[in-house]
Amino acid sequence: MGPDNKLLERWHDAQIVLFGGSAGSFKILFRIIKDLPEKLGKTVILIIHRKKNFFSEIEKLFAENSRMYMREIEDKDILKTNTMYIAPANYHTLIEDGGYFSLDVSEPVWYSKPSIDVTFESAAEVYGNKCAAILLSGANQDGAGGMLKLRESGALTIAQEPADAEMPEMPRSAINLGAADYILTQDEIFKLLLS
Amino acid sequence: MDTAQGIISNAQVQELIDIVRKVHGFDFSGYTKASLKRRLTRIMLLNKFEFYDLKHVLINDADFFQGFLEEITVNVTEMFRDPSFYKAVNTQVVPYLSTYQHVKIWSAGCSTGEEVYSMAILLNEAGLGKKSFIYGTDINTEVLREARKGIYSLRNIKSYAENYQYTGLKGSITDHFTILYDAASIHNELKQNTLFSVHNLISDTVFNEFQMISCRNVFIYFETFLQERILDLFYKSLCPLGYLCLGSKETIRSDSFKSKFKVINQKENIYQKVGT
Repeated sequence: MGPDNKLLERWHDAQIVLFGGSAGSFKILFRIIKDLPEKLGKTVILIIHRKKNFFSEIEKLFAENSRMYMREIEDKDILKTNTMYIAPANYHTLIEDGGYFSLDVSEPVWYSKPSIDVTFESAAEVYGNKCAAILLSGANQDGAGGMLKLRESGALTIAQEPADAEMPEMPRSAINLGAADYILTQDEIFKLLLS
Repeated sequence: MDTAQGIISNAQVQELIDIVRKVHGFDFSGYTKASLKRRLTRIMLLNKFEFYDLKHVLINDADFFQGFLEEITVNVTEMFRDPSFYKAVNTQVVPYLSTYQHVKIWSAGCSTGEEVYSMAILLNEAGLGKKSFIYGTDINTEVLREARKGIYSLRNIKSYAENYQYTGLKGSITDHFTILYDAASIHNELKQNTLFSVHNLISDTVFNEFQMISCRNVFIYFETFLQERILDLFYKSLCPLGYLCLGSKETIRSDSFKSKFKVINQKENIYQKVGT
């Protein structure tokens, strides 16, 4: 089954796309960054849980394989269209009113830094219904609260079908909280992204 | 949800900034708003405050402010944070520092002192310990008290040990501490070369001349206009050809300062003062 028209319409209207991923999300994220076209016409922000000092190769691997221009966020970077941003390890990424990022090294949230909740919540405050958020596989509850905030602000929110996720807890938490407009399998997510 | 935003409006944040400035003399107006709001929300949730309660204690309860300041200013730090930074300092800055009779270093926004002692260990290992002096400053008297003690929980030291290995320094981090039950106390010879004092980057001025200034993960809390003002303070506080170290995600963005600093290490954001 393909994405319905309402979903397609909201996806096309979104100017900012947020992806949250944790344990078990690497494969699907890798495919996403490879498949998204160079000129998507949107700003893409990836928030991925990972340990500091260890998987720093992720940024490089993603950047080498993405068609869209990709950069790791530096403090006060301006959000630009057709650019894919990755939240740096060991910092929270916040979005400021003037359309730029600021970083924060305060306490981890859900044992995670970057925390998906933190970025989702600040995106909801600043961009609300201009956002689309997709929450993927993960083994904790990060992202659910932020996604609820996004949904309440009019954003399009999508959780990966838990049965289809390597680690179902993260998308399931969002669904249980009533934060997801849509629950989609990987295939459905790809159909949407490339529509 | 400990990160819930939107409990207070932007107008209310502004109101709190005005109160703090009038009543306590601290100006948070140049702080990045999303982060400030998050900290304020956290304080309200921790204390089960409504907006009115927070306003009330800020105006009427003098003792509350110190804890408030501690909570607003992020004090998360660790020893040898970003080990590749220390590696770079060791190879790219220390040889220059060693040419001086006396080396003065300023760690701005030092929080509980981990960065200062990391630097003290690094300089000691490089044989510069006896001729170096490190000033640690922060706006918060409470964290400075902790810094002066130089006592850290053993659990933290264990996690710092891994950072230490990555710096390429020889031995182990515990060589520089005396272990007492569950605490680790930094060696006195390292403490002797340090001084911790209150300094507000926003309102205070130049207080000494330094060969190196380290200010990592502090700029991220400031708007760019304020960053620029503090860059000017750092520029004036550095000796000719002195080094400025910012955090790995914090770059000098202002054009006027780009020409006054030469990039020594792009990844670690280590700069050298050039020009006059």
